[in-house]
Amino acid sequence: MSTIRMPPILRQAVGGAREVDASGGTVREVLDDLTGRFPAIRTHLFDDGGDLNRFVNVYVNNEDVRLANGLETAVGPDSTVIVLPAMAGGSRR
Amino acid sequence: MSCLEAPRSAALSAVGNTPLIELPRMSPNPDVRIFAKLEEQNPTGSMKDRVALSMVEAAEATGELEPGRRILEPTSGNTGIALAMIGTVKGYPVTAVMPESATPERVELLRMYGAEIVFSPGNMGSNGAVAMARSMAERDPSVFMPFQYANEANPAAHYCGTAVEILDQVPDGQVDAFVAGLGTGGTLMGCSRRLREANPDVVIVAAEPLQGDPVMGLRSLEDGYTPPILDIAQLDRKVLVSNGESVSTLRKLLSLEGVFAGVSAGAALAVARRVAADMEGGNVVVVFADGGSKYLSAGIYTKPADQLEREMEERVWW
Repeated sequence: MSTIRMPPILRQAVGGAREVDASGGTVREVLDDLTGRFPAIRTHLFDDGGDLNRFVNVYVNNEDVRLANGLETAVGPDSTVIVLPAMAGGSRR
Repeated sequence: MSCLEAPRSAALSAVGNTPLIELPRMSPNPDVRIFAKLEEQNPTGSMKDRVALSMVEAAEATGELEPGRRILEPTSGNTGIALAMIGTVKGYPVTAVMPESATPERVELLRMYGAEIVFSPGNMGSNGAVAMARSMAERDPSVFMPFQYANEANPAAHYCGTAVEILDQVPDGQVDAFVAGLGTGGTLMGCSRRLREANPDVVIVAAEPLQGDPVMGLRSLEDGYTPPILDIAQLDRKVLVSNGESVSTLRKLLSLEGVFAGVSAGAALAVARRVAADMEGGNVVVVFADGGSKYLSAGIYTKPADQLEREMEERVWW
């Protein structure tokens, strides 16, 4: 089991938890496990094409997966996955 | 990317040409040398002097910025302070929009340089300052907003300045890895372009702040934002660093090397050490965007680590 740390704005959708356990060997599998149990999160994390939403960053052991192998990045049993909104600037306009 | 050559007087002539020093005791690998670019040596104490001056000179060159026109900019502090200094020299009034949770030193410095300050909600972090400044600029077209997040003069300051200096200062001009903090992306984009021209194999690494929950006050993920000047395809790695790790690295830096640096420098150095540990050999260059003096009131160097980490969650640090 790996641990997924949720950003404050998505915690309500997972029953208020800051961290949620999930299983899977890749980011895609771990997030599929998460969204299988909490379907309301799916549209926040993924775009219509099934890729990560542009305004979501996902990290495995603090490394941004977009610069690793994306959704196929390996997740170990003791890995921490962090989901964060892109925070560098302001609103999308 | 073009480089302007504008005449500079008074404090403006002291922007750039900062020292690059080796940090022998901070390298975890005897075959890797770590060098730090000390941007605190700029006139207002941060790397943002380069960015602000580049944006102002570019706008003057196009005629967009005329004498007396007010400059408005969202900032976590350093860009506002730099613009205020430049405004003093060149005769532009400056309004800085920044989170109300900014450290008192930043507020005092802005006031000292004569800037007007508009505070944005602290729980909205940098996003809140950007949204408020954009709204103000839309309502008042008489102001000029350089907007560092989307202004190509921001990375140009580093392409034309910071990176050129680094290549001149590092032994044999050899940079094998480059690490900088990620905010607007200007340092990483401008330096990566120039450093890759010199060494296509250079590894470009971003150190990214792991913000505390209290400053992640977005209404939805769609309120998130990626700066238009940031192309993450130009990065090789992007690494999250906690406030705690940033501060513990800063304290180690001070005790081992006598260098007094700011929070983002601690994060960048923490990442530089990780990068160095994995390399077979070579030179790592890390940018220290500012010094420690703007963070003294927050107790970065004095408070117990666990207390400080809790308190740091409440603020945006870079």
